[in-house]
Amino acid sequence: MADKLEFRRAIRDALDEELARDDRVVFFGEDVAKPGGVFAATPGLYDAHGEARVFDTPISELAITGAAFGAAVCGLRPVIEIMFADFLPLAMDGMVNQAAKYWYLSNEQAPAPIVVRSAFGAGGRFGAIHSQSPVAWFQNVPGLKIVAPSTPADAKALLKAAIRDDNPVLFLEHKRLYSLKRDAGEHGGEEVATIGEARVVRSGADLTVATVAASVHHALAAAETLAADGIELEVVDLRTLRPLDVPAVVASVTKTNRLLVLEEGPLTGGWAGELVARVGEEALGELDDVWRLATDDLPTPYSPPLEDDFLPGVEAIVAAVRARLGARVA
Amino acid sequence: MARASEAPAASELSGPAQHGLELYRRMLVVRRFEEAVQALFQRGEVHGTTHLYIGEEAGAIGVCDVLDERDKVAGTYRGHGHSLGAGVDPQALLDEMLGRETGVCGGRAGSMNVIDQAHGLIGSFGIIGGSISAATGAALALQRQGRGGVAVAFFGEGTTNHGYFHECLNFAAVLRLPVVFVCENNRYGEFTPFEDVTAGDIAARPQALGLPTETVDGMDVWAVREAAAAAVARARDGEGPQFIQSMTYRFVGHSRSDPAKYRKPGELEEWKARDPLKVARERLAEAFGVSGDVVDGVDAAVAEQFERIVAQSLAAPYPTPERDGAREFAPSTS
Repeated sequence: MADKLEFRRAIRDALDEELARDDRVVFFGEDVAKPGGVFAATPGLYDAHGEARVFDTPISELAITGAAFGAAVCGLRPVIEIMFADFLPLAMDGMVNQAAKYWYLSNEQAPAPIVVRSAFGAGGRFGAIHSQSPVAWFQNVPGLKIVAPSTPADAKALLKAAIRDDNPVLFLEHKRLYSLKRDAGEHGGEEVATIGEARVVRSGADLTVATVAASVHHALAAAETLAADGIELEVVDLRTLRPLDVPAVVASVTKTNRLLVLEEGPLTGGWAGELVARVGEEALGELDDVWRLATDDLPTPYSPPLEDDFLPGVEAIVAAVRARLGARVA
Repeated sequence: MARASEAPAASELSGPAQHGLELYRRMLVVRRFEEAVQALFQRGEVHGTTHLYIGEEAGAIGVCDVLDERDKVAGTYRGHGHSLGAGVDPQALLDEMLGRETGVCGGRAGSMNVIDQAHGLIGSFGIIGGSISAATGAALALQRQGRGGVAVAFFGEGTTNHGYFHECLNFAAVLRLPVVFVCENNRYGEFTPFEDVTAGDIAARPQALGLPTETVDGMDVWAVREAAAAAVARARDGEGPQFIQSMTYRFVGHSRSDPAKYRKPGELEEWKARDPLKVARERLAEAFGVSGDVVDGVDAAVAEQFERIVAQSLAAPYPTPERDGAREFAPSTS
């Protein structure tokens, strides 16, 4: 039995190992170095690698992101932390207009290898502007990759892959996962993952549920409840949201003929709509049913009963699946 | 002052005279380049929009003259002068303006977004402030790489009201980054006089953050060069970020569609009397004994160079979608 690995420790270890492996890697952001990060995800890196490699910055997201871009096109491989994903709009110009376009606009003279780590997601009673899942804001930016791991082992393997990737990567860490502990090598102990590959984390014959990050755990819990009803879910952990692993979802749907895309974020214009469209275009004939479960088109509420009701958690998934296909599954 | 008949020919010049004539020639290349872009725009060969550097040539040429191959330059959407100053080949740059395959970015970038890594031009930025953050990041890399490189950000006075300006100057100051911020104050942010929208004194802003700050006559290439030489030397020596405000003027509108009716009466004429090319001509004669004939010879050579460049650009192939082979992602990993 492998040792248990905590999600935040996985983030720290990936950074530690990549800082040690490649002296072009630098890591900076607000409170990440001496304080070790507000989510305690990066302790000890400053002591291990020194001020030139790991440093605290002013509260200046424009400068942090723009400087990461400028450093990347001059040979460094910066990893930055934007403390909450809700602050990403302040980093957007550097990510969208500068880093993500550089490879193409320069006619492939140079890539812009930056990793933007950011804590996202709701469920922590943080209110509307510290709880968002702003995937869709970045989903239609060519040249940008978006990664959102669900387990400690994946967090480590995917962050290492993101740091080694020559393209800008938005690396989203669901804040409800930081304290999650799982086997360090639960997925075969792969050290560096491949960005853009989904994984089937539960096999089932009746319905494919495609999702990411914390929602993967909700889907797995819902699957246990529904199994007692005789409904078998196949859960696909997308792991990467851009590029989407459409073939993996199509392969699953070919078996189950039904697709639920589960998104912790507003329904309208979300990434779930993109996945539904892609699967529809490529595998319409395989589909008997397809729908999305997301949040209402409202800001995330603060009050616990309101937030709990707002999020597509285990109970909402179970209820939605029973309502949608309970009667149709033999 | 030497009489014309006694003045040496261009080939016989040496030292400061030869160098001064070269500064003049480089400014003239920028001027002729911009005039070519303007003419080609009117012929429908340059597309979209374009922002010309006519009148401001002493800025980029004066600053870039003190840089070497270790250094990095970030320009703006008014960036053709910054590009040429950094050493971008005028042919490749004009080809880019015309959207040709042989352009410095293969026709993918256009006027506002030129990148030429081979000449240290990390980019030209279409949104104000981008050059500041890019140069700040470049300076971070150069500092870590430890080879004495310096990054230069060019930007206009309007950018001093932008978030990037305040965030990055502070960021660069606390990290003591080797970056020189060059504010080209051409008096107008697009169509609006800067004093209408800018509180206080621009130079006081970097000074409040502790940056050594100098305001120079941006129409005098030697004055710009001298200030840049001192600032770059201090940055190289680890003294942290530096700030230059270069007082200048654009002789044309903000962009191709702007007739610049907002100018104060007589203002353009006043500044044209201090045209950087005119200032340089006079200085070459008075301080370095370079005759008008010699300078005329440079004029003729640059005119001839641009006849060739324009003809070659017009004959260059357009990129085709089939040959372009665009890839969304860089395929490599480290």
